[in-house]
Amino acid sequence: MRLLTHNMLSCNIKGVTNGFPLRLEVEKFVEKEVDFSAEFLRNIFPKIEWKALVDASRSMGYSQLPDEADSSMLDSDDFLKKFHHALLELHLEEGVLICPETGRRFPVNKGIPNMLLHEDEV
Amino acid sequence: MDPKIDVRTESSSMPSSIRTKEGDQWNSKPVSYKMYSKSAQIRLVSSHPEVYEPCDDSFALVDALLADRTNLLEHHPSLCMEVGCGSGYVITSLAIMLGQEVAGVHYIATDINPHAVQVTSETLKAHGVHAEVISTDIASGLERRLSGIVDVMVVNPPYVPTPEDEVGRDGITSAWAGGENGRRVIDRILPIADKLLSDRGWLYMVMLAANNPSQICLAMREKGYASRIIVQRSTEEESLHVVKFWRDSDIQVGAREPTTTSRTTSTTVMESLFSQFPRLAFWRNDNNSY
Repeated sequence: MRLLTHNMLSCNIKGVTNGFPLRLEVEKFVEKEVDFSAEFLRNIFPKIEWKALVDASRSMGYSQLPDEADSSMLDSDDFLKKFHHALLELHLEEGVLICPETGRRFPVNKGIPNMLLHEDEV
Repeated sequence: MDPKIDVRTESSSMPSSIRTKEGDQWNSKPVSYKMYSKSAQIRLVSSHPEVYEPCDDSFALVDALLADRTNLLEHHPSLCMEVGCGSGYVITSLAIMLGQEVAGVHYIATDINPHAVQVTSETLKAHGVHAEVISTDIASGLERRLSGIVDVMVVNPPYVPTPEDEVGRDGITSAWAGGENGRRVIDRILPIADKLLSDRGWLYMVMLAANNPSQICLAMREKGYASRIIVQRSTEEESLHVVKFWRDSDIQVGAREPTTTSRTTSTTVMESLFSQFPRLAFWRNDNNSY
């Protein structure tokens, strides 16, 4: 699971209003090289919740992202490379995503997050 | 056929290896699937007893995407998503057909069947392409954040008309059980697609004549979508359609005024839909049907 995906996941339990971002419990992660596309990064940047990305990347041991970011930084190659690395190249293989409101644990196995709910949560 | 080259094929037109003769020596070289394939290769698609194997509908959907490939490449999608990825055949094919030429495209695949997400993951890996795979019901957990940013969505839904109690069962049944008129899951997917698709979002969906495609297209039209059949495959019993939906700014969304003009509009819509679905033309004679 890339951090791009993590940035798009929120707790889907019925009635939860504060289910984003999910807290990361990292058991195993890998770094995988991904083709760089400045165009993609510039397109996706406005949709990214920056703090969630920063916190998530730190939990995977990457602390190169600035605490805050604005679109003017997209002109900087250096920034784009760091953004690219955090967003696309850090993969959580095994771990847990935790709902900030309910504490519900969503497992991540072999890089696949399991967001399937039990009957009483729907 | 050139006697010095012996091509081994495992399926229609995709060689798996090429043997060439140099002098008395035959040398065999495996052909990189990337050289020849525009879609996933069946021999590389993973499987599991509880996971729907690629079938006519999967091939029809991939054929539709291949037919629209030039448009897709020009369209430059950022995010592509498959709902109900099954074996991974379709999302893998999409990644292959777009991936070579369009950098910076990202793929997401979901399935409610936990075996399917595993199989999809294996299929993607076997082809050397990547998609983010999530185990979930349609797009549950993704809906809030992915809202309005999916550029291409592909769906081969459980469309078979079945008893209601077969819908949502665990395992492979979830791949086909569609309840009344096969619409139970389709009708859940469409509003979610509407929410996730970007302004320039395209949706490709497989459906049967039994699902009442003209009704589906009309409902989507009311949400501002134009539609077109890209592929149609008919047998004696049934007719399979792959329909493409896209937001059309010429279509007025929402409020309909209670005047005679609105009747003319819906008549025009029905006429254009009937011309696309000739098997339903007999309805034209029934003035009260709409």
